[in-house]
Amino acid sequence: MKTNQLKQILADGAWRQNTGLVVLLGLCPLLAVTSTLINGLALGLATMLTLMVSNLSVSMMRGLLKPEIRIPAFVLIIASVVTVIELLMNAYFYDLFRILGIFIPLIVTNCAIIGRAEAFASRNAPLPSLIDGFATGLGFCITLVLLGALRELTGRGTLFAGADMLLGDWGQYLSLTIIPEHPGFLLAMLPPGAFFGLALLIAGRNAWQTRKTAHSVTKLIPDTNET
Amino acid sequence: MNTTSHPVLRSGLLLGLIALLGTALLATVNALTHERIEEQERLRVLQQLNAIVPIGSYNNDLLEDRIDISDASFFNHPAPVTVYRARLDGQAVAVLMNTTAPDGYNGDIRLLTGIDRNGRVLGVRVVSHKETPGLGDPIEIERSDWILGFTNKSLLKPQASGWAVKRDGGEFDQFTGATISPRAVVKAVHKALIYFEANQQLLFETATATAVTNEN
Repeated sequence: MKTNQLKQILADGAWRQNTGLVVLLGLCPLLAVTSTLINGLALGLATMLTLMVSNLSVSMMRGLLKPEIRIPAFVLIIASVVTVIELLMNAYFYDLFRILGIFIPLIVTNCAIIGRAEAFASRNAPLPSLIDGFATGLGFCITLVLLGALRELTGRGTLFAGADMLLGDWGQYLSLTIIPEHPGFLLAMLPPGAFFGLALLIAGRNAWQTRKTAHSVTKLIPDTNET
Repeated sequence: MNTTSHPVLRSGLLLGLIALLGTALLATVNALTHERIEEQERLRVLQQLNAIVPIGSYNNDLLEDRIDISDASFFNHPAPVTVYRARLDGQAVAVLMNTTAPDGYNGDIRLLTGIDRNGRVLGVRVVSHKETPGLGDPIEIERSDWILGFTNKSLLKPQASGWAVKRDGGEFDQFTGATISPRAVVKAVHKALIYFEANQQLLFETATATAVTNEN
C-alpha cells in the first residue's frame, strides 16, 4: 500500500469525512454520553475498536458476500463484535460499563459502522479497510472527546473527572479542576448542552475549513488531487 | 449439485455460516468472562452493603442471607424489597433494606437503608436514581454528605412530624432548587423504619432466600 493512499484514508476518516462533524452519523451516542471527557473517550474507543474489527471482517469476506445478503451479513458481524466488546467491558471496566450502559450495545445502531462496511470495507483489501476503520473511529473519538471536554469544562469546571474508571487507580491524579468553586452550569450537562456544543464544534470546523480553502485556492490553484 | 445454479441456497448457507461463527465467538467470550462479570456484580453490591455495615461488625455471608418482601401497598411500589441480614456469631446485628422511593422528581430512587436491631439508622445510600444533575443529585454520597444526616436517626428521634424536609416542617435539609428528591428519600427511609419496627421478628427470623408476600 502506498503512503499516499494511507494518508488519504487517514485524512478522510479523521477529518474530511469526520463522522460526527461532517457526515453527522451516530449522533445519538455522540450527544448522549458526552457529559464528560472520559465518557466520550471510552465510547469513542469502543466505537473505534468496533469499526476496525467489523471493517476487517467484512473486507476479508467481501469476495463471498453477494449483494442481496450483504446487509444482514454486516449486521451479524457488527452485532457479534459489539456484544464481545460489551462483555469485555462488563468484565474489565465495570464502573465505566455502568455509566455508558445502554450506549455500548447501541453501538450496533451507529450508522457510521455499517456505512463504512458498505462504502469502504466491502470494496477494499483488509489492510486499507482496517486503517479506514481506525481513521473513521479516530475521527469519531476525537469529536466525542472534544464535545465531552467542552461540556465538562463549562458544566462542572473539571477535566478528566472519573479517569480512574478507565485507567485504574492512578487515573484519579489526572482529574483536573480547571475552574475551582465552579457553581455548575446545568445547561451544559443536560442534553441541550450537547446540541449547542456540537453546533459550536461544527461551526468551528466549517469556519476553519472555509478559511483554509480560500487560502489554498489563491495560492495553489493546480491542486487537483483533492476532490 | 451445482451450487452456482442455486444462488439463494449458497447465500443462505453463507449467512448461516456467519451466524454460526458469530455465535461461536460470543459463546467463547461469554464463557471466558461470565465468572468475572458475576464477581464484579457481587463485589459492587457487597461494597454498597459494607459502606453501611462495616466489615467486622458481622461475620455471616451477607449476600446469601437475604429475603425478598413483597408489600406493594405499604411501600407504594410493586418491586419486592430485598432485605440483607447482618449477624455476628448468629446474633442479629442489622438489616439492610433495598427499598424504592416511588416519588422522585424523575421516577424511582432506589435506596439501601441499614437499620441496627435497636431500630437506629446505620446509614443510607442511594443505589440508583434519575434526578436532575446539579439539582437533585446531591442525594448521592459522591456529591454531598446530605445522605449521612440519616445516620443515628430512629423512629422516635426525631418524632414522626420531624421526618420531613424543613420546608414541610421537618428536620431534614432540602437543596436549593430541589425539594422533591430529598422529600422522597426522607419519606422512604421513614417507611423502612416503620416497616422494621412492625416486622422486626419477621425480618430477622424468616429463613434465608424466602419470598415474603403481604398483599393486603
